[in-house]
Amino acid sequence: MKNILKRLNEKIDDLVVVKQRDDLYFIKVKREHTDFILRYLKLDENFKHLDFMQAVDYIENNQFQLTYMLYNYEIKINLGINVMIDREKAEMDSMHRIWPHLWQYQREIHEMYGINFPGSPRVDESFVLEGWEEMPPMRRDFDTLEYSKRTFYPRPGRSTNDPKEYMKEKLYHDFAKSPKIRRDDE
Amino acid sequence: MNRDSESKYKGFEADRSKYPQMEKDKPVIDLESQKFIKTWQGPQHPGVTGNMSVELIINGDEIVDAKTHVGYLHRGFEKLMERRRYIQCFPIVCRICVPEPDTNEYCVSAAMEDLAGIVVPEKALWLRTLNLEMSRVGSFLMWLGGQAGSLGMGAISQWTIGMRDFWLDLFEEMTGGRVYHMYMIPGGVRKDLPEGFRDRTRELIVRTRALLFDIEKTFFNNAIVKARLKGLGVISPEMVTEYGIVGPSARASGIEDDIRINNPYGKYAELDMKMITSDVGDAYARAEVRYQELHQSLDLISQIMDKMPEGGKIQAKLPNVLHWKIPAGQTYVKAESTRGEHGFYMVSDGTKYPRRVFARGASYTHAISVLEKLAVNISISDLAALMVSLHTCPPEIER
Amino acid sequence: MEKKDLNEIEKEMKLANEGLPEKERILFSDARPSRVEPLNKYLEQFVNWARARSLWLLAFGTGCGATELRPLMTSRFDVSRFGIAGRPTPRQASVFIIGGYASIKTIKRIVRSYEQMQGPKYVIALGSCTINGGMYYDSYNTINRIDYYIPVDTYIAGCMPRPEALIAGFNRLKEKIQKGECDGMNKYADNFDWYKKNQKQIIKDWNMPDYNW
Repeated sequence: MKNILKRLNEKIDDLVVVKQRDDLYFIKVKREHTDFILRYLKLDENFKHLDFMQAVDYIENNQFQLTYMLYNYEIKINLGINVMIDREKAEMDSMHRIWPHLWQYQREIHEMYGINFPGSPRVDESFVLEGWEEMPPMRRDFDTLEYSKRTFYPRPGRSTNDPKEYMKEKLYHDFAKSPKIRRDDE
Repeated sequence: MNRDSESKYKGFEADRSKYPQMEKDKPVIDLESQKFIKTWQGPQHPGVTGNMSVELIINGDEIVDAKTHVGYLHRGFEKLMERRRYIQCFPIVCRICVPEPDTNEYCVSAAMEDLAGIVVPEKALWLRTLNLEMSRVGSFLMWLGGQAGSLGMGAISQWTIGMRDFWLDLFEEMTGGRVYHMYMIPGGVRKDLPEGFRDRTRELIVRTRALLFDIEKTFFNNAIVKARLKGLGVISPEMVTEYGIVGPSARASGIEDDIRINNPYGKYAELDMKMITSDVGDAYARAEVRYQELHQSLDLISQIMDKMPEGGKIQAKLPNVLHWKIPAGQTYVKAESTRGEHGFYMVSDGTKYPRRVFARGASYTHAISVLEKLAVNISISDLAALMVSLHTCPPEIER
Repeated sequence: MEKKDLNEIEKEMKLANEGLPEKERILFSDARPSRVEPLNKYLEQFVNWARARSLWLLAFGTGCGATELRPLMTSRFDVSRFGIAGRPTPRQASVFIIGGYASIKTIKRIVRSYEQMQGPKYVIALGSCTINGGMYYDSYNTINRIDYYIPVDTYIAGCMPRPEALIAGFNRLKEKIQKGECDGMNKYADNFDWYKKNQKQIIKDWNMPDYNW
């Protein structure tokens, strides 16, 4: 793996490598270089198997992070490639020419996050939602509890207890109610 | 039909003069011409594995085009887990895959331990390996019943599901629940084994092997099964990397891909096992590979029973779990389930709630891309057998 | 009652069928579901006695609960001694078991299969997800109360209910049928508009007739 990282370092400048475990590494790549790096890794370095491709919403930085996870059968190491894209105009090039089954992941990300992959086959089809008219549901500003209360009628009688208050009352029954003892957390 | 030349259809050549025109090896589909029927092998159907549907265009008896529709079991797990604290994820995460819930629990525990830097004690690793192997046995028995049932042999299905019930009894002794266990938590497991567990397990292994001996005679040495399954759904080794195929479906085509041997987790490094592969990639080879793996799992359980120490700590010390903040980072943990590589990708950001949890179901590509490619040009009565031989499981595709 | 013209009665009874394309709207049914009235006293008791002993299930595994339905049919729990068998089509079934949670896509198929079943028909709802949403109460794709969309006769609690609990549930349904209290289908026929309004509120992609029979 050290040789592979050395060769990668020659191709990308300021390569940041995070080693999570002995068999899991993460690198960060710019959006323009993704196509070249993925092809290079698949054809020259034998990272033939693509595990998945997913998106993470970083709403406070106004960015989406896409992750491609590759696996090498010979040295048995996973390599994750992180790409940051802009959140306002969410778009990314489609990599389905390298691995044909990427169209499935791209279809799911398009439905769940609203990221567009122009040129990907069957990207406009619905994957799991039918007749969905709201914003893409996996984005962080979609409030699912409020949507569920509004659309589906919840049965009354459900109550929620804050565990801290419940345990305090249960264990320190008299302590909590006594007015003379000074409480530290108040 | 793309059948193997070994099959019984050697002397039969279809008369294609009446068939519609072909253009670049694909028939020209014209739904108005009354030569094609569009039908659904839909969710309410005894011939689908779980709640999924396939939209077919058929011409007589032969399938011309297939399209998979999933989404009937979508509950939005990933969004739900972002609203729950780390320890509150466990009751819901085992419901991602219904026949085999332990792989999910293991992957989520291992991801949290990886991000937080917790070391699991020895006895807990042995117990986790035992739990995973037992759930593999239960899932394989259910698959075997499904494969036989899809070819019309309902008796074998009754035998295997009846035998699986006794394994669920063992699970109940060990964890407290028949189907959903919630046994593996970050830091270890919840409880130790009760008394007499090893003897009961050894006795059940003997009974299961006796049943499998019967099944080998009725199912694998059966001329009808061989004629129907040989040559069905051939996966070539190039397709394995192009379509991301994992598990026994890839091993039956010759690729050596088993996570328990390549990247061992738990106590698999100390157990004695070898990789089971085959060279022919058709449905019969996949059935044989899975049957050998079922025997291998029973063998591994006997080894674990012999090698596991008696006492020991079962859980590492955790901070107050309701207010547990995991440092920021990302990780990917995989485990080998009966369908292949089942992985969890977890991203944390230093707060009490996870940022993103993604469950990569093992049959994500099997049910959609691979099935749509392999279902062309087969008879409509073989579609159920093909679906079960790829071992598609809809809940883990759409979570 | 004044005599109404046949055309006026037909106009009153016509359903909208607005999910279908124009030229197919009159091809599909425009009848409403009708009540199943009880016969005279002793015949009804006899008929209920017979119905309770031959409950045929519809083989539709809608959710998690379908995993514990399969061991029921094996020889250990053996429900065929109660006269229960699994049927592949809704035309031959009389009991619909809704196993657990129902997502929006599934609820459309449940409604379609339920309306195709012939009366008298009964519905059993398994698990706590049908009662108040269960652990998916805040999910954007699962419904919280199934009896706003389909009339339910018996609930079986648990997650998942054991096979013994399922047999107890079947026994409870049998007692209710024998007493003559199971009238989910009559409730559906009487309040058809209310059920249909609830269903159309969540199923936005309605491309089937209003009443599938």
